[in-house]
Amino acid sequence: MLKTIVTCVLLFVLIALTAYIAFHYAPIERTMGIIQKIFYLHLPAAFTSFVALGVCFFANLMYVFKREAKWDWLGVSAAEVGLAFISVVLVTGPIWAHPVWGIWWTWDARLTLTFVLWLLYVAYLMLRSMLEEPEKRALLSALFGIFAFLDVPLVYFSIRWWRTQHPQPVILGGAGSGLDPRMRIAYLLVWAVFLALMVLLLKARYTLESARADVDELRREAEAV
Amino acid sequence: MSLLSNTAVLLGKELRTEFRSRELLTTTAVFILIVMVLFSWTFGPTTEEARRFSPGLLWLAFFFAASLMLQPCFLREQNNDTLSALRLSASDTFAILLGKVAANTIFLLLSELLLLPIFAVLYNVPIQPVLPEMLLVLFLGSLGIAVSGTALAAISSQARMRELMLPILLFPLLVPVLVASTEVTRSLFDPNPLVKWKGIGFLAIFDLVFLTALWLFGEYLLEE
Repeated sequence: MLKTIVTCVLLFVLIALTAYIAFHYAPIERTMGIIQKIFYLHLPAAFTSFVALGVCFFANLMYVFKREAKWDWLGVSAAEVGLAFISVVLVTGPIWAHPVWGIWWTWDARLTLTFVLWLLYVAYLMLRSMLEEPEKRALLSALFGIFAFLDVPLVYFSIRWWRTQHPQPVILGGAGSGLDPRMRIAYLLVWAVFLALMVLLLKARYTLESARADVDELRREAEAV
Repeated sequence: MSLLSNTAVLLGKELRTEFRSRELLTTTAVFILIVMVLFSWTFGPTTEEARRFSPGLLWLAFFFAASLMLQPCFLREQNNDTLSALRLSASDTFAILLGKVAANTIFLLLSELLLLPIFAVLYNVPIQPVLPEMLLVLFLGSLGIAVSGTALAAISSQARMRELMLPILLFPLLVPVLVASTEVTRSLFDPNPLVKWKGIGFLAIFDLVFLTALWLFGEYLLEE
């Protein structure tokens, strides 16, 4: 318990510190101005969500082959945490796009991919809530998670080839594409802090899921008596 | 070889079950017709607009119909308690899935072919000159829907609210098929028809990816 509190406080301080760095240390972008600051939330959240979904895919695969409940718990935790980060991406994106592109939303490759990802993992969590028996829920949702993950590159390329109308504004396009080193430091710091936050959330959610499984087990036993 | 012969036998069984009543085909065809007519009324398309929107509407109609048509393929087995018997009789569980995929592809294609002329008339789109290419797109698209749809129907049939869960699982997964097949169909309906081989190849890749996934993970789908 003490360890968790200490980690939380530490992370809170780190978040405050990176927020300071993102807002005061990193220079203000020349053409977009202050609105560009939202990228320090947007991009690291996107990268973090990809990491979380990668963890989810790995956990799904491990569950299918090993059939150990812990992989199921990790899978659902990673999906939920990933979904939270994708939601941050989907909310901050339009806030930035409206003043800069003049529109809230466009069906461009990255936006569409993010949105489809969000839908896929919402479907994954809904499926879980619709399956009663723990083992069946774990197996079937893991299989859906695997199919969903395989679908991601296909979604990306189909949208990129046939649906992208707008040329992409280049942010972080390739190594050293004129990004101020101070900006890069800010991005990397925020990403590191977000990853730490992801791990913390993942751990908390995992503990919750394992406790929930224990309660379920006890309830079953009680009902059987 | 035993996989193929098993699949053929199971496909025969699916087809026999369907053609005894033809329930699935007639209801699906009528459903597609209704969706097409509804779309036509909401948009009131002139020829120019129809050419732009109709490929998307056509494939959306097929998608909606597929999400309903795929429901019974495992429910029927569940209701009659025949899945365990199937599993015992087939040497490979993949053959069961493959038989269902083949059957669903055939049902989808048949209802699409039935409705394609009516679509051409309603939306005033010339289809005859590009018929062979159109058939190819219909086949690859329907196969993609059937492969992923059969896998997801196996999943959703075991869940609560299964009738709603199937489209919720299926549609986001089928985004690539929708985009690619709509794109290819649109360039086929153009006054100067153009065959987008990239799109056709993409559909083939989608089918291949999900067939492989079904082959790798199919046996787990049908576990009890």
